[in-house]
Amino acid sequence: MLMFEKAFTGSCRYWLWITCLLLVVLAGFACYLRQLAHGLVITGLSRDVTWGLYIAQFTFFVGIAASAVTVVLPYYLHDCKEFARVTILGELLAVSAVTMSGLFIFVDLGQPARIFNVLLHPQPQSVMFWDMIALSGYFLINTVIAMGALNAGREHASPPNWIRALAIVSIPWAISIHTVTAFLYSGLPGRTYWLTAILAPRFLASAFSSGPALLILLCLAMRKLTAFDVGGEAIHKLAVIVTYATAINIFFILTEVFTAFYSEIPAHEESFEYLFIGLGGDYHLVPWMWLSFLLSLVALTLLLVPRWRTNPRLLVIACLCIFVSIWLEKGLGLIIGGLVPSPLGAITRYAPTLPEWTIVCGIWAIGTVMTTALYKITLSVWEEN
Amino acid sequence: MNDRPFIVGGLLVFVVFVTTPIWHGVAARQVALAPLELKLPSREKHCVAPVSYMRTSHMQLLNEWRTDVVRNQQRQYTAYDGKVYDMNLTRTCLSGCHGSQKEFCDRCHTYNGAAALNCWNCHSDAPPAARNLP
Amino acid sequence: MKITRKQFLQLSGLSLIAMASKRLLRGTGSSASTESPKTIRWGMAIDVQKCRRKEGCNGCIKACHSAHNVPQFSDHAHEVKWVWKQPFEDAFPFAQTEYTREVFAGAPVLLLCNHCDDPPCQDVCPVDATWRTDNGVVTIDWHRCIGCRYCMAACPYGSRSFNWQDPRPAIPTVNPDFPTRTKGVVEKCNFCEERLAKKLTPLCVEACEEKALVFGDLEQPDSQIRKLLRSRFAVQRKPELGSGPSVYYLI
Repeated sequence: MLMFEKAFTGSCRYWLWITCLLLVVLAGFACYLRQLAHGLVITGLSRDVTWGLYIAQFTFFVGIAASAVTVVLPYYLHDCKEFARVTILGELLAVSAVTMSGLFIFVDLGQPARIFNVLLHPQPQSVMFWDMIALSGYFLINTVIAMGALNAGREHASPPNWIRALAIVSIPWAISIHTVTAFLYSGLPGRTYWLTAILAPRFLASAFSSGPALLILLCLAMRKLTAFDVGGEAIHKLAVIVTYATAINIFFILTEVFTAFYSEIPAHEESFEYLFIGLGGDYHLVPWMWLSFLLSLVALTLLLVPRWRTNPRLLVIACLCIFVSIWLEKGLGLIIGGLVPSPLGAITRYAPTLPEWTIVCGIWAIGTVMTTALYKITLSVWEEN
Repeated sequence: MNDRPFIVGGLLVFVVFVTTPIWHGVAARQVALAPLELKLPSREKHCVAPVSYMRTSHMQLLNEWRTDVVRNQQRQYTAYDGKVYDMNLTRTCLSGCHGSQKEFCDRCHTYNGAAALNCWNCHSDAPPAARNLP
Repeated sequence: MKITRKQFLQLSGLSLIAMASKRLLRGTGSSASTESPKTIRWGMAIDVQKCRRKEGCNGCIKACHSAHNVPQFSDHAHEVKWVWKQPFEDAFPFAQTEYTREVFAGAPVLLLCNHCDDPPCQDVCPVDATWRTDNGVVTIDWHRCIGCRYCMAACPYGSRSFNWQDPRPAIPTVNPDFPTRTKGVVEKCNFCEERLAKKLTPLCVEACEEKALVFGDLEQPDSQIRKLLRSRFAVQRKPELGSGPSVYYLI
């Protein structure tokens, strides 16, 4: 079905890459065992900053997963022939990204053995319940679509109609997974930084900016390492998507800054001050947040000028810039900014510990192994044709 | 077929791995062959439920008590003989009847490896002084 | 009688719908016909002035934490607390200005779970490990909590603590009459629900030598707490958020 055996045949370089990744996974797993034994005390989390790198990474990778819609929509809904080869890559990236998101939630739990309580005692009034439904469903949908597309490709046929129907369903589903994730935060009355209607649109904009950027980088890597070339047109169209999404994302951030600072309501200003100026003697996030903003401006500049956007080297720089920028803003700033200052006004410094970083790297490595293996299968199917 | 050694080898590894609880348990534990003697409570003459039911389903009873106390805030249990008990693991089950965790619960639950109990991660053993109190 | 497959399926479908709607009607009908019994809503009024009379007084905190096996962690980041004191400007942010600072500067205010009428923590818990009981106590089922800490993010008051590690080594003396908790679960003030079941007042109320804490049924018009709230001006923490706290502060 999923032709796993194709992922087990590869060059020395392929196996070296997989082995290195598995070593990272092992290190992460060892640290997780330590976390299971001692508790989450080994992380940098505290009574005030109860969510940190794990949940931030969950949020970021749900965004990457949702970004598959930027290739699925043009290809399946608008018959955009240029995306013929890149769509499968986008769908498979979504599968890996959703898996990583689930793993990040799992390692964040204080009592992971009880995780099935979420299924045994469903709570429809909790957004987390709907997040679980949305993400599990998205994983299944994308796996089935990818399987269908790959099998069809192997048979030299076009995907059957029901696969196309499922792909159409995955479009609003992709939007909903990231909206639901935003709703986790934007409905909490005590967290002013998150209590904004624009959080869900911001999430989508940053997802459609960072996701395709990652996809471009992966496609260019595929082109360099293998004979699989998605085509210059596909890359170019993806770059245009990243451009628009980046512009909209920066615009959304600026609208938030305006509301906070023109209204001058202290509760609204505080989190922005903490992140971008420093508050209560804690400045450690300030350089990272400004770096994030700077990188997004550099990326937007490089992307807006057609001559630079079509230059392969500059495109790579732009994609790296926007990916890192959004990782910093969404994969770090968003969560900490929502929790600091605390409901009692406390400024608590949060910095992930080494075991925490190792577990995160372990999950990144799992996602990378998955993506590598799935792309290898795709490559093998394509090569056979 | 040059895959045969890998397949057979893999199957052997799997069989060894999946039967670990059996041979590891047998090797590690000193199995007592004499039947287990459990001391009966000294003060109480009647059980909260028929003895045969307690023997087979005491964990179900405890789970029901847990649900009643924690989720329904009901603390009074009317036994089959009409007697009313306070649903409390430490005070009623242990101090009131069965002495202590080591004297009673552990005797079976560590002896034959029957479901390792995690009650004691949170609930306290009967305090030594209180074991003689009614 | 000959029946086609289509007819059979149509008949089965209609029967299923009929059964389901009957069940549904019975369910909604029964809940409508049951008379709701007289409700209790436990609440607390804290007299801020009486509370600050004795400097460094923490009898209520000691009584609560020792009886409930609350671990004492010296590390502020990982502390677990059910009831504690913080300066007025923390408890009521932006309530104090440069012209009113002298009256309240640093005045300790007793903080605890507000046992809200519409608790955000209950809304967000994915496993129903925390909920508001019929008596107005917001309680936690430590057997079910998965430690996701969503409730801690949702609480607008910072009332909840998490067990980042095994609490038992940090408990000075374990009270066998109340369970300890394990690592990986959230805990908070439970309004001494185990004492309320025996018609006793919470430990903090009993321990307060200044009688600064008044506890009672907010639904009873002639309870002591209601009389107090009619006679004195009381404020709540962040009432604009709509969570409906049951804890009042008499300034």
